[in-house]
Amino acid sequence: MTDTGLPASLEALRRLREDPHRLGHRAHGPAAPVPGAGHGETGPARKRVIVGYGFWIFLLSDIVMFACFFAAFAVLRGATAGGPTIAQIVDLKRVGWETACLLLSSYTCGLSFAATNARNKLWTQVFLLLTGLLGLAFVALELQEFLDLAARGITPQRSAMLTGFFGLVGLHGVHVTIGGLWLATMMAQVQFKGFRQEMMHRLLCFNLFWHALDIVWIGIFTIVYLLAAAP
Amino acid sequence: MHHRPARRTRLARALAGLSLACVGGCSGGVLDPAGPVGAGDAAILINATFIMLAIVVPTILLAFWIAWRYRASNTKAKYLPHWSYSGRIEAVVWSIPTLTIMFLGGLIWIGSYQLDPFRPLPSKSPPVEVQVVSLDWKWLFIYPEQGVASVNQLVVPAGRPVHFSLTSASVFNVFFVPRLGSMVYAMPGMVSQLHLQADKPERLWGTSAQFSGDGFSDMQFEVQSVPQRDFDAWAARARGAGPPLDRAAYAELARQSANLAPRGYGSIDPHLFHAIAMGAIAPAPGPAPEGQGHAGREKTPEGRR
Amino acid sequence: MFGKLDWSAVPFSQPIPLITSVVILLAMLGVLVLATVKGWWPYLWREWITSVDHKRIGVMYGLLGTLMLIRGFADAIMMRTHQAMAVGGGEGYLPPEHYNQIFTAHGTIMILFGAMPLVLAFMNYLVPLQLGVRDVAFPTFNSVGFWLTASGALLVNVSLFVGEFARTGWLPYPPLSENAYSPGVGVDYYLWAVQISGIGTLITGINIVTTVLKMRCPGMSYLRMPIFCWTALASCLLIVAAFPILTATLAMLTLDRYLDWHYFTNTAGGNPMMFVNLVWAWGHPEVYILVLPAFGIFSEIFPTFSGKPLFGYRSMVAATLFICVVSMLVWLHHFFTMGAGAAVNTFFGISSSIIAVGTGVKIYNWIFTMYGGRVRFEVPMLWSMGFIFTFIIGGLTGVLLAIPPADFLTHNSMFLVAHFHNVIVGAVVFAVFAGLEFWFPKVFGFRLHAGWGKAAFWLAFTGFWVTFTPLYVLGLQGMTRRLQHVNVPDWAPGLYVSVVGVAILALGVAAQIIQLVVSIRHRDTLRDVTGDPWDGRSLEWATASPPPFFNFAVMPDVEGEEAYWDIKRRALESQQLGPEPDYAPIEMPLNSPVGIYTAFFTFVFGFSMVWHIWWVAVAALVAAFAGFVVFAWRDAHEHEVPAEEVARLDRARREARTALLARLPREESAS
Repeated sequence: MTDTGLPASLEALRRLREDPHRLGHRAHGPAAPVPGAGHGETGPARKRVIVGYGFWIFLLSDIVMFACFFAAFAVLRGATAGGPTIAQIVDLKRVGWETACLLLSSYTCGLSFAATNARNKLWTQVFLLLTGLLGLAFVALELQEFLDLAARGITPQRSAMLTGFFGLVGLHGVHVTIGGLWLATMMAQVQFKGFRQEMMHRLLCFNLFWHALDIVWIGIFTIVYLLAAAP
Repeated sequence: MHHRPARRTRLARALAGLSLACVGGCSGGVLDPAGPVGAGDAAILINATFIMLAIVVPTILLAFWIAWRYRASNTKAKYLPHWSYSGRIEAVVWSIPTLTIMFLGGLIWIGSYQLDPFRPLPSKSPPVEVQVVSLDWKWLFIYPEQGVASVNQLVVPAGRPVHFSLTSASVFNVFFVPRLGSMVYAMPGMVSQLHLQADKPERLWGTSAQFSGDGFSDMQFEVQSVPQRDFDAWAARARGAGPPLDRAAYAELARQSANLAPRGYGSIDPHLFHAIAMGAIAPAPGPAPEGQGHAGREKTPEGRR
Repeated sequence: MFGKLDWSAVPFSQPIPLITSVVILLAMLGVLVLATVKGWWPYLWREWITSVDHKRIGVMYGLLGTLMLIRGFADAIMMRTHQAMAVGGGEGYLPPEHYNQIFTAHGTIMILFGAMPLVLAFMNYLVPLQLGVRDVAFPTFNSVGFWLTASGALLVNVSLFVGEFARTGWLPYPPLSENAYSPGVGVDYYLWAVQISGIGTLITGINIVTTVLKMRCPGMSYLRMPIFCWTALASCLLIVAAFPILTATLAMLTLDRYLDWHYFTNTAGGNPMMFVNLVWAWGHPEVYILVLPAFGIFSEIFPTFSGKPLFGYRSMVAATLFICVVSMLVWLHHFFTMGAGAAVNTFFGISSSIIAVGTGVKIYNWIFTMYGGRVRFEVPMLWSMGFIFTFIIGGLTGVLLAIPPADFLTHNSMFLVAHFHNVIVGAVVFAVFAGLEFWFPKVFGFRLHAGWGKAAFWLAFTGFWVTFTPLYVLGLQGMTRRLQHVNVPDWAPGLYVSVVGVAILALGVAAQIIQLVVSIRHRDTLRDVTGDPWDGRSLEWATASPPPFFNFAVMPDVEGEEAYWDIKRRALESQQLGPEPDYAPIEMPLNSPVGIYTAFFTFVFGFSMVWHIWWVAVAALVAAFAGFVVFAWRDAHEHEVPAEEVARLDRARREARTALLARLPREESAS
């Protein structure tokens, strides 16, 4: 850009003398700029890139929030106040089914997006529905777990460890529930509005959200449940 | 380090007086230390101030000189409309703060270890044990070796280290005797350690340095540093003189109250402190539940003070 | 039916909050009636309330921040005068339960509802203009973010009239903030107000990060961005990384208080120290969230008024990012005195002082920006010089507090109070006033009156130092903060001097208000017809003042750092503007009421949660969700501005520029 070619004026000569290294003035970046990628050479990114990118940043912030709840659980893990320990409240079999539901729902979610990219409304809806049902099964299993524990007097009010446990697992459960509401809304919108540009963007965000919840769940499954079951 | 030469302390005080042009005199402040810990803390504070002033004053002068020299009306100053880079100046600009901070980093490193509140003070005589419980809104001092306790009054032998174990029966507080030096939090469910020493017999005062509720402003306590003989006499006098500090007396004391006059207890429950710190005794109660018509406005139990 | 709420929540027996609330209510009512009588509502609704224009939202953020700054300053006046009256046996006029609310409200309002909105105002207004684009990445979410912040601010102020505010300090440390020790609604007001505004801030943070990283005009590569954009990026990255921590921490305390959970209680194994760690893991980055954009503002002002580029641009970028990263690693210096041990204290002591390297480099770079310049001491430059002096001293005392043994003497003392006012007022507030003077003509089309601006600066600068120097001394004398009455009579002189300082500061505030009034009355003589009143260097000066709603008729094509300066030089050399571009229609986002709608229901939700009115809270959530679905159903999101309209507006700008060009000399004699 500016630093190719010969100095065109007195102005440029002076500039060269006073700022010999031209730091911060040079053109740089990829040799062949990609249009719409938002790399600076070619102007603002495409709307889809912007939406996806912004949503990624939101997900990062959401993961920071989860990290706090993970940290709180780790800090409070031993604070049982004479109540049950984490090993005593874990039912790995049920959690195994929960995990299976959620991981499978991520797979069907991925399939729905493949169908979305092929602009196939029927299969998009079918896979979204499957995703939603699996998510519902996950939430139902989790709720059942919580109710079972409560029936045994194991509630977050009992000890700080249980507070940390219910807080972390419950936060994820709330996320899945909100995701389910979002999913239902999206299905209605896809049905009535078809694959318009903003629908595509929203479906992209929903997919990212759903997969992120899966990643968080893997963390919970490992740190909360598997470590508790380990001797 | 704790037995800092007197010359150094004097220098520190002189510098303090010089640099601060004390409004209303410095006596009673943290720059007038009455013990080795306070002297060590204050010396670091003052040394660091002067190290930084050596950089800061020229920088401020440079800023105002350059601004004045290159004012728009001064046509004698050369105008360099593109000048915005100089490798040499950049190197200097990065290295001045870096070197200063490396120097201060050493000070931080050494100081943090030498003046760690948990670190026992070197001394020929063994430390006096004092257990400190912060309550709403007063201080309870338990002397396990002497078997006595006092409220809002701390008596320590001069010239001998004191080992404080601190906890709180309710909310956070900070135990702070400004002229003795380092402050440390008293926190529920935890025991923190603090080693302090008063050099001379003197009357000092202490306070809480962490806001703890409505009665916080009166969480001051008197500190008497007395000769060892007087300390022993005080303990002997106190033993059996006041009511016993048993669980019932503690429960009464733990209720919210402020501005209590110093008082003593003639005997103690030796496990009381650990029972408080470990949560074996329920935490001290907060404000009494209000009746109908409270509607979310808390009332102060005892009016203003 | 109404949870804990009944008539006793209104402070009929306490004159100060009662009179204040009545005055505020009357003022608000007056504004509403005036707007109705004058028929302003359609205009306000169309142009402001539902606007998704980043400039309008920026101005509204500024207005909100200014109002809250005045509220917080009123609290400060009460604190300083009360403490001066309640020294050595004096009674003062505020009982503890009221005084404690005031210092809590002062801190909360100044940081979260004063300084944050003001900083966000500058970021919102300037970032798209400086990047040469037409709006932020998500204009509608921008409006949602603003209105959420506003509803949080409203909730704080409602607590003045209905119930009470927290009495715990601006960071409500448990166990004091738990139900056992704070059973009233004060902490609940704090929790919901801060939670709501925090989510608003997070939305804005995500928005600006995406804008800076993905929406820049052609040729605007990273190292050609104005420094303010860099600092906005760094600040918003910190928002994205730190505000979720605040959300999580407040959520945990909320669970403790509402459902008797045990995150931070002193019973059942709860860990109050975890709150302190978590809240400062947000709280420390928060001060850099505020101060980095302030640095950015000064980095724009120094080059402009020195007539030369910023010295050491890359150093400046590096120092900004350095501070951004290291600021996440220093939180423990807020509680060295909790006995973390020598090794931990050493680490955090050194990491905290290392930040001074970044700020030190910045200060030298600003100084060398003036070197070889033609420094014009206009009002923004006065604030900047005042900042350099004040901030260097604040930095010095900050490094002192970062040295653990020195902190053992000064933690929680008036020294600390003086220090953080030294940096926050000296950097953030001075930057806000400097930026106000600097960009006011861009925003409103006319300059502010320079004489009153200078008066405001000198009064504020003097007032600041007279207020806070005694506090440094009092801190060294052992005075702790947050004392409702002061039992040591020796401290009276310092407190009296401080009151004098506050009085001078109040005169400064008055001068600022008079300046605004005088400037509005003389706006015709102060008019900025050129769009470039200060001989600016970055792209916001390339467009008209005030800018058209689409910012730039044609997106600029940047060919170097200091994009507008280059364009201007070329025009000056050739004595003509560039050729008239081919105007094309522009797609602009449509207005959306979703922001005010969401904020309204969030406010209702927060208020009913505070007072345990569960059914209203649930209803508000359902209404909010239903609203979202309805808005998501909308078919049109953008409208097209026809090319003729664009051309008409831009030709007017070009005419003004051409007229300016004719008046300017061909080259400065110095070259």
